[in-house]
Amino acid sequence: MSDDTGYKLRTRGVRKTYGPVVALAGADLEMREGEFLTLLGPSGSGKTTLLMAIAGLNDPDGGEIWIDGKLATYTPPHDRGLGMVFQNYALFPHMTIFENIAFPLRMRKRDAGTIRKEVARVLDIVQLPDVASRYPRELSGGQQQRIALARCFVYQPAIILMDEPLGALDKKLRDTLQREVKHLHQNLGITVLYVTHDQEEAMVMSDRICLMNDARIEQVGTPQELYFQPNSVFAADFLGESNLLPATVIESRDGEIVLQAAGGLTVHGQANAALSRGDRVRFMVRPESVKTVAAGTARNEVQGVIKEVIMSGQITKCFMELPDGSEMVSSRLTVESGTGLAPGRPVHFGWSAEHTVVLPDR
Amino acid sequence: MSADTDSAVAPARRPRWTWLRDWPLYPAVLFLGLFFLYPTVLLLGLSVTDDADALTTQHYAHLFRSDLYVRVLGITLEVALWTTVLSLIAAYPIAYLLATVRNSTRNTLIIWVLMPFWTSFLVRTFAWMVLLGRSGAVNDLLIALGIVEFPLRMIYNFAGVMVGMVHALMPLAVLTILSVMEGIDANLSKAAATMGARPSQAFWRIYLPLSLPGVAAGGLLIFITALGFFITPALLGGRKETMIVQVIIFQIHEVLNWGFAGAISMLLLVTALLIFFLYDRLLGLSTLSGQSAPAGGRRPSAIGRLGGAAGRLFIAAMGNLCAFVGRTLERIRRPRADRPRRRVGRALVWIAGVLVLVFLAVPAFFVIPVSFTQESFLNWPPVGFSLKWYQRILGTGLWGEAALRSFVVAISSAFLAMLLGVPAAFVLVRRSFFGKAALFGFLVSPAITPHIIIAVALFFLYSRMGLVGTTTGLVLGHAVLAIPYVVVTTMAIVKGYDTHLDHAAWTLGATRVRTLWHITLPILRGGLIAAFMFAFIISFDELTIALFVTGGAFTTLPKAMWDDAILQVSPTLAAVATLLLLFMSAVILTSEFLRRRSQVK
Repeated sequence: MSDDTGYKLRTRGVRKTYGPVVALAGADLEMREGEFLTLLGPSGSGKTTLLMAIAGLNDPDGGEIWIDGKLATYTPPHDRGLGMVFQNYALFPHMTIFENIAFPLRMRKRDAGTIRKEVARVLDIVQLPDVASRYPRELSGGQQQRIALARCFVYQPAIILMDEPLGALDKKLRDTLQREVKHLHQNLGITVLYVTHDQEEAMVMSDRICLMNDARIEQVGTPQELYFQPNSVFAADFLGESNLLPATVIESRDGEIVLQAAGGLTVHGQANAALSRGDRVRFMVRPESVKTVAAGTARNEVQGVIKEVIMSGQITKCFMELPDGSEMVSSRLTVESGTGLAPGRPVHFGWSAEHTVVLPDR
Repeated sequence: MSADTDSAVAPARRPRWTWLRDWPLYPAVLFLGLFFLYPTVLLLGLSVTDDADALTTQHYAHLFRSDLYVRVLGITLEVALWTTVLSLIAAYPIAYLLATVRNSTRNTLIIWVLMPFWTSFLVRTFAWMVLLGRSGAVNDLLIALGIVEFPLRMIYNFAGVMVGMVHALMPLAVLTILSVMEGIDANLSKAAATMGARPSQAFWRIYLPLSLPGVAAGGLLIFITALGFFITPALLGGRKETMIVQVIIFQIHEVLNWGFAGAISMLLLVTALLIFFLYDRLLGLSTLSGQSAPAGGRRPSAIGRLGGAAGRLFIAAMGNLCAFVGRTLERIRRPRADRPRRRVGRALVWIAGVLVLVFLAVPAFFVIPVSFTQESFLNWPPVGFSLKWYQRILGTGLWGEAALRSFVVAISSAFLAMLLGVPAAFVLVRRSFFGKAALFGFLVSPAITPHIIIAVALFFLYSRMGLVGTTTGLVLGHAVLAIPYVVVTTMAIVKGYDTHLDHAAWTLGATRVRTLWHITLPILRGGLIAAFMFAFIISFDELTIALFVTGGAFTTLPKAMWDDAILQVSPTLAAVATLLLLFMSAVILTSEFLRRRSQVK
């Protein structure tokens, strides 16, 4: 019973049901040492169930969990040597910050001197050296979360699990802490399994993202892969903004695929070996890949009427209505002089074939 | 109207009438002032004046002349202390179980916990007489099993008093502890586990310290309530278990020495206050409201710090000890990574919990078979089958009349308590003003004052007002007792009410009154019904005040049962108890039904 593949964490077909509800339908996942992997998905997608099973806080119905090359499917949580950071921090309210951080060391029977030294060390790491004698409620939310991180770092667990740790903080603080956690991960070389439903957070922080949907793993890959090469309509829709339009495959030749979309529109897209003539598909173009063009200058082109122009700070979005009533959006950096586009004006949108991802329509 | 005049009028108007904004509070305060505080002060006055209304210390001198009364106080304290300790030990596991099971399971279990609350106090006491008597069910079983040869003496002694009192007061501890446990974040134990704490370490070092405020508050409530007990020690105890309230009753009913009874009452009141004071010094009264550890405000006293340090050492030691036991057991039986582990600790909690539930819920049912006996004394097992006891109850007008009066009094006093308590609760939750904590304390103080003091004080007040022996007097007295429960229950539901709903109604054009009538009250209906039921049952089951203020002019159901029990314990009482059990169950089920229906809506 050994697993010498060198993975820090490996799960095989982990399943969990609650009565008639399938919370997790067989998850296979691998993590290497030092990796930052994020479980991303909408609520109810099974990401927290998987995390809890890995932590040992719920017993899976089946499957295997290997931690550090040892089978640990049903090992009690206190024997797994993992660390966990909770969304509401889970700092012990009746203990000082010092006692909170000392807790895992006391459980490991470290001597008093070591404990004092180690607690001081991690408090320095999270840049809160002077709070040792305070109680958790006397700290701000951001400070409490830093302490929760410190309480994990102090005993150097094999993997640190984080369950939406920044979910309770406001946007500005969240942005700061995202980068801080990322730096801590890089500097300390720790292995982090992170859970979030915020796709932007996942892309900012992760080495790899494990996208989950409906109790299954949808796609695993780097943020770039998931963003530019989604392999399902769900992935394309969930990460970032996208134009997703229905079409039918008419031709699949070397390096390219030709589609027929509504209104007699012909679209050229990236080849996809899984598709053949006659398949119903959706093609996806990111709004930032769609430009306003002069007629006849782009590989893929549609004509329509500007419906709305929205300036949201950095980005300005133009919504166009196609002849068949569907909608397309193009986004560009905001400039002070404006886009020169106004609702009601006819316009051509164009984009290249390599920016067109063709996905099977499930 | 221009904006200028508006802004000129508004600031001038606001500060002048602030105290009037809190008007819904005043009727309740006034009422308790008149029927609780004033008579208590009168009683105090009585204890320091002689027959000629001159100041005297003779009653207090009498109190301490012999060691008799100090000894009785000692016994009272001892009984109260043991009741508290045993109740807390028994209540903790069941509260823990309730706090950690699924919601649906909890709702079922809690009905069994509250069973003693629902069944009349006297019914429960009789049930223990049936169970623990010389020829009772327990002795019967023990002899049949050959465990003992002769019946054990289980009542008319300290053990009997303990059983009866723990049974009566434990639900209070369960509810108090539970309310604190429900506020403990489940993630804390999980966090401890991921950091390497075994379940036992997590329990001792994390869960137990966080639940202690509930234990302390429950302990205080039980101790104070136990000080004022007399029914249980009178019926289940022997001469050695005479408690202080029995002495007060004796002084008033037999000796007619009011001044001296007042002095003993004061001794009891001072004892209760002293215990409150000590509790506040050691733990802080803020823990009573169910919040965990004080929020870094006041520094603990020296005793508190010493206790705290000792407590931490104890907790750490227990945690390590249990972890050691756990590790040793695991050496014998290794946990396996490839199949779910057995949860031995969980099973133990269930076993303890179920045993306690059986203790709480089952005894009352033993009065049912006994009520059909053919014999003329309480015996187990009952002999034959006869309805003669029921015929006797229904034959004489006494029981029916008493039941009807109890019902009328309970309905009236519950309405009165709601009328006074509900508006006060709204103000206490929604407004902040100077002295709010003190006012809250005053409104709930009748619940923690030994009932006998209220009873004696009211009796004295009524004798001057000509209210002794009137139904009105009894209704007023019961309302005094019920107000604290109405206030606390209502405050709990008002706290959970989303005031945005009111704001929404106002912006949609509803007046305050219409908002209250169409939005607030319908949403709170379930909780208000519960508060009313609480008040109803408190009055319906009340004996102490009835014993005094009825002045023998009329009787209520508990009083009739008491009078009967003092003379002789006959199966008539079992029959009454059975009927009462049926009636109470019907009332509770109805209110539960109404509550659930209002929740579904």
